[in-house]
Amino acid sequence: MNSLTGTRALARLALRLDRVRLTVWVLGLAVMPMATAANYFKLYPTEAELRAVSGVLANPSLVALSGPLFDVSIGGLTAWKIGVTEFILVALMSLLTVVRHTRTEEEAGRLELVRATVIGRHAPLTAALLVTGLANLAIAVLTALGLMATGLPAAGSVAFGLATGLVGMLFAAVAAVAVQLTESARAATGLAGAVLGGTYLLRAVGDTGPTWLSWLSPTGWALHMRPYGGERWWVAALFVVVAAVFTTTGYALAGRRDVGAGLLPERPGPVAASPGLRSPLALAWRLHRGLLLGWAVGLALTGAVLGGAAAGIGDLETPNQQLTDILTRMGGRNGLTDAFLAAIFGLTGMVAAAYTVQVTLRLRQEESSGRVEVLLATRVGRLRWAASHLTFALLGTALLLAVAGLAGGIAYGAQVHDVGGQTGRLLGAALVQVPAAWVLAGLGTALVGLAPRLSSLAWAALIGSVLLVELGALFGLSQWIVDLTPFAHVPKLPGSAFTVTPMLWLTVVALALGAAGLAGLRRRDMPVA
Amino acid sequence: MSEAIRVDALVKTFGRTRALDGLDLAVQTGEVHGFLGPNGAGKSTTIRILLGLLHADGGTARLLGGDPWRDATELHRRLAYVPGDVTLWPNLSGGEVIDLLGRLRGGLDTRRRAELLERFDLDPSKKGRTYSKGNRQKVALVAALASDVDLLLLDEPTSGLDPLMEEVFRQVIREEQQRDGRTVLLSSHILAEVEALCDRVTIIREGRAVETGTLAGMRHLTRTSIQVDLAGPATGLDTLPGVHDLQTHNGTVRFDVDTAALDAVLRQLTTVGIRSLTSQPPTLEELFLRHYDRAPANGKQQTEVAR
Repeated sequence: MNSLTGTRALARLALRLDRVRLTVWVLGLAVMPMATAANYFKLYPTEAELRAVSGVLANPSLVALSGPLFDVSIGGLTAWKIGVTEFILVALMSLLTVVRHTRTEEEAGRLELVRATVIGRHAPLTAALLVTGLANLAIAVLTALGLMATGLPAAGSVAFGLATGLVGMLFAAVAAVAVQLTESARAATGLAGAVLGGTYLLRAVGDTGPTWLSWLSPTGWALHMRPYGGERWWVAALFVVVAAVFTTTGYALAGRRDVGAGLLPERPGPVAASPGLRSPLALAWRLHRGLLLGWAVGLALTGAVLGGAAAGIGDLETPNQQLTDILTRMGGRNGLTDAFLAAIFGLTGMVAAAYTVQVTLRLRQEESSGRVEVLLATRVGRLRWAASHLTFALLGTALLLAVAGLAGGIAYGAQVHDVGGQTGRLLGAALVQVPAAWVLAGLGTALVGLAPRLSSLAWAALIGSVLLVELGALFGLSQWIVDLTPFAHVPKLPGSAFTVTPMLWLTVVALALGAAGLAGLRRRDMPVA
Repeated sequence: MSEAIRVDALVKTFGRTRALDGLDLAVQTGEVHGFLGPNGAGKSTTIRILLGLLHADGGTARLLGGDPWRDATELHRRLAYVPGDVTLWPNLSGGEVIDLLGRLRGGLDTRRRAELLERFDLDPSKKGRTYSKGNRQKVALVAALASDVDLLLLDEPTSGLDPLMEEVFRQVIREEQQRDGRTVLLSSHILAEVEALCDRVTIIREGRAVETGTLAGMRHLTRTSIQVDLAGPATGLDTLPGVHDLQTHNGTVRFDVDTAALDAVLRQLTTVGIRSLTSQPPTLEELFLRHYDRAPANGKQQTEVAR
């Protein structure tokens, strides 16, 4: 038996388990660029219209968020508009798939059962990479074909599809290393996700200033393959080399460790509990503190880096007179910077909402793992138990956004020599996002209480929100559809006027959903498998 | 309060499956009550209803004088529970879990905790994710047994323990019996364990109680299968009380004998002269099959025993 025996069987099993999930990912990622291009063809049928809008769109604040616009054409515009979103989503799909079929299986003990059959040492990792590779191949091919079908040039379409698939494979390789390092799937996902977040930040900073930074980031490489803008095919080699390095490392590490173990040795814990560990809330603190700290560090960095980058935006050259006119009407250079800051805090709000959903769905995890049973068999009631986790979902989210706002305010304020004023302004810009994120906590609670088997739909709601906010206007969706996402109602601070009414409504909706969920939780059977 | 647990005509359905189908169960205060049944018979479902985790679809359940669903948190001050499949928080140590559960129940006897850790040979400093199944079970057992409660609900608590630890468990439960007023509901599918510990037993199958009573009263259920090669013809065996299903084949005699009659039967056999003898206590499964009058063909059963 060699170390790959059984790979094919495991890959088939993984495809069987993921048939719905991967199909949705593949189709979604393939349709998104195609639909974007088709809409641009409808919106800007003539060259003149295209030129006009491109000038406005390519303003520096949007360049930081989406990367530079390499070509004034429908293709160039499409690649620029959808590129970053597409690359981040494909990276997420890939790293989640690899973790799910390696460390998750291992942590649950199922891998032990599988490895006891005629399965080689490296078969599980190989199967996971194979399945992820297959999904990425499908995405790359379908994306390229879809873009060509709208009438875009073949070379650019292939470059965009290729870039998408390569980003996916690179993060599959990153995940292949991450799953060797940690014992828990959650930590492995966190590690690979942190790498993804870091590459986004590097690119954002690089594209507004020191360009070389953007060349340290795979999402940057994908943009700099320049689909439709004079394709640079050699960039693909960067992906292949780096992915090969990560994959090799992953295999080398996998060969050195035991099944179930990570690379960091397990340290013994305390023999007795500290006096404080005597309530569900204290337990929740133990369970959530690591996650909260990790997120706080990540969001502090994000705030500081993007806040710092904002200061440079006003100094950048604007591409044409028309944009300068628009900006002057918006309030000049400050208006541009404020628009950028409002955009990054809008994004930060949605990123922080990922923490909100993660923590809210911990309720469901505690239930399906069976751990909730021993707790509920003590004098802890269901509501008290749920409240212990929801405290972290609600206050944790507020804390994270405050951290992002403070870090952003200090970094930006230091550059413009107004730390006092800017810190308060940007703290406000971050905190207005809180009620919208809370709506997702409410939705998660409602799902856990009323339809526990469907609770992961809370993630779908978050991804849907991001897409509606990012692409709703482009697709010409009616306002009421875009308004379905809580983030559409958040005042765009700094810059616009602050209105309290939407904040109150969002809070009311969050509370109503949460109350419905808790009522359901009190009434239903537990645990539901 | 003479009855710690009283369940009447309890019904619970999950979709199309009827997990409990009119279950009756009565547990007297101060007794150790065996709750026997094969996998999937409804033991865990019953216990979860008693804990107020599941909502019964029909029938009534009373626990320590209260309603298990409505008064759950009040009642839980007075009971401790060990699930059949213990899962722990991966990053909490065993000691932390024991203390936490004890405190959430309303207090823990630290001397008892230390003593139980010692007797169960459990290292409390290991993290939840590194414990084996048996050790996770020990964590839950120590947490439950070190609490000062009136009622212990134990769901197959020894399924992951080694024989040595199973013996420790039996000793500890016997000691619990000596203490006043502490009631134990012990769900199990290990007949020997139930026999060793329980005052009374309820046997359930397919969500219904098929037998309930004292062990002495159910003595008829415990028969030993004997296969013996004799020096001479097996005379007088068939007239002895307590001998069942007697068969003779080429000098090999097979029969089942009530435990109470074993002594007399063996005397009879030695007078004839024993060349070889195999005895096999009945498995729980065989008891169930017998109870349902669906015993496998005698020949087949005997060949299995004869190996």
